Amino acid sequence: MSTNISIDYITHTFKGADAPTLKDIELKIQPGEKIALIGRSGCGKSTLLHMLAGLLLPSEGCVRIHGHQVSKPSAKWNMMFQKASLYPWMSVRENAELGLVFAGKKDPAKIDYLMSLVGLTDKADANVQSLSGGQQQRVALARSLATSPDLLLLDEPFSALDAFTRSSLQDEVADIVSREDLTMVIVTHDIDEAVAMADRVLIMSANPGRIVGEMAVDLPFPRNRASVEFSRSREQLMNQFESLVGDADLEHSQAETVDTNKTESETTDAQKAA
Amino acid sequence: MSSTSSVTAIDGSAREGGINWSAVYKFSLTAIAYPLMGIAVMVALWWLGGWMIANNPDTSSFADFAPAPAFARLLDLVANGYVLEATIPSLERIGLGLLWAALLGVPVGVAIGLYAVVREVSHVPFQFLRMISPLAWMPIAVLAFETWDGAIVFLIAVAAIWPILFSTAQGVRRIDPLWFKVAKNLGADGSQMLRRIILPAIGQDIFAGVRLAVGVAWIVLVPAEYLGVTSGLGYAINDARDTLEYDTLAAMVVVIGIIGFFLDGICVSMIKRLSWHAEG
Repeated sequence: MSTNISIDYITHTFKGADAPTLKDIELKIQPGEKIALIGRSGCGKSTLLHMLAGLLLPSEGCVRIHGHQVSKPSAKWNMMFQKASLYPWMSVRENAELGLVFAGKKDPAKIDYLMSLVGLTDKADANVQSLSGGQQQRVALARSLATSPDLLLLDEPFSALDAFTRSSLQDEVADIVSREDLTMVIVTHDIDEAVAMADRVLIMSANPGRIVGEMAVDLPFPRNRASVEFSRSREQLMNQFESLVGDADLEHSQAETVDTNKTESETTDAQKAA
Repeated sequence: MSSTSSVTAIDGSAREGGINWSAVYKFSLTAIAYPLMGIAVMVALWWLGGWMIANNPDTSSFADFAPAPAFARLLDLVANGYVLEATIPSLERIGLGLLWAALLGVPVGVAIGLYAVVREVSHVPFQFLRMISPLAWMPIAVLAFETWDGAIVFLIAVAAIWPILFSTAQGVRRIDPLWFKVAKNLGADGSQMLRRIILPAIGQDIFAGVRLAVGVAWIVLVPAEYLGVTSGLGYAINDARDTLEYDTLAAMVVVIGIIGFFLDGICVSMIKRLSWHAEG
């Protein structure tokens, strides 16, 4: 099988920064792979995800999907964020359908299917502001899936939810992604989330951001968190993370703030240029 | 007035039934009793002023300003169509002025909200122009426009554009940046971004600006209609002054106030309709 997505030696330095945020990132993603990028705050994992989405262009190197260089955002590589970011003047259904509306390809049957897939059939006409945080993320998932993306990108999408909703959504999304045979990259700093959702976990380290290790999670979906295998994978990943990244750098929490702001302003600039 | 409604409510709240009497009481108080009290105070002060004018030998010839002659005259003027005849041209001018203000103010406001460069460049000129009284443009308007109507519409537009423009720009700047990111990610092009994201997001801000604009425009309208035209509410006021018909003058003031009140009400209901903020 040919390589679906490849990241070719990406190095990225934000405007005005001395050191690169990402350095020599190389990665190939096979179709249907579920990848988790884990690392401490400021390691550039979110920056890398923005590049996969075409929301940010690397200063060196490039992302290729099906051999084509990613140069701008597209509904074919779709991103879900920490905030559901739904449009409050649209109903649940209209939010989910938005990508199709932009493409001029409304498809009510598909939206019906997605509403049932994410368990919101009876809320389809509701005001999105009346939904719980978890339900809002389900709408965001339906919206991301509506355009049939080649690649689903998740940027810590569950980190703002309470613990119970978070773990049940992790399992549910992992299940949907595996049933729909999607390719997925999730950015997280939650070891459990990585083990619950990915079949390949990449460990990133900061200064400069680079991939320092990887681990396969060879468990079938749906995964049982209570199983011995799950605990073993979890422990294995934890150990590997500790030995590769260590608990070296607490000051990076500060770097993350700067990093995020820059990502934000870069995007705004790009959006203005568009 | 207020005592009647509260008595009913006390009677009612003792009763059992499907109707929520405490809500009815609250509603009748805030929606009926309080506004009526406000109107009563206003008319009382007006009456007091009229009484003082009538009893002062120096001013007694202005006694027709008082509420009784004014309301009597108002009924006549409504009945004989004079009020409607004066109101329609004024509303047309206001409508056109607001339309021009919105057609220019909304796009420029959106540009200011979106692009820092436009915001920086326009800041000084716009703050400068905004501070000029619209009436100061009168001589220029008269020179620049062939018709009096054109000049009046221009003056209203000059007064109305600023609140619309600045409120629109504010609204755009408050848009969650993630809304842009998500829409771009879902494949929105520029015009889709504008129609499906930006405009719905700021609809309420635009109408909040229109609401302020209506207030200023309605104020500017009367002096603007002192210009050459022979129709409209401002003309009616000026005409009543020249012909010493003080009851007509006071009646027209009442008309202007009532119409302004309803125009504001329309804006408020538009803001509510376009607001996407969760209720309560």
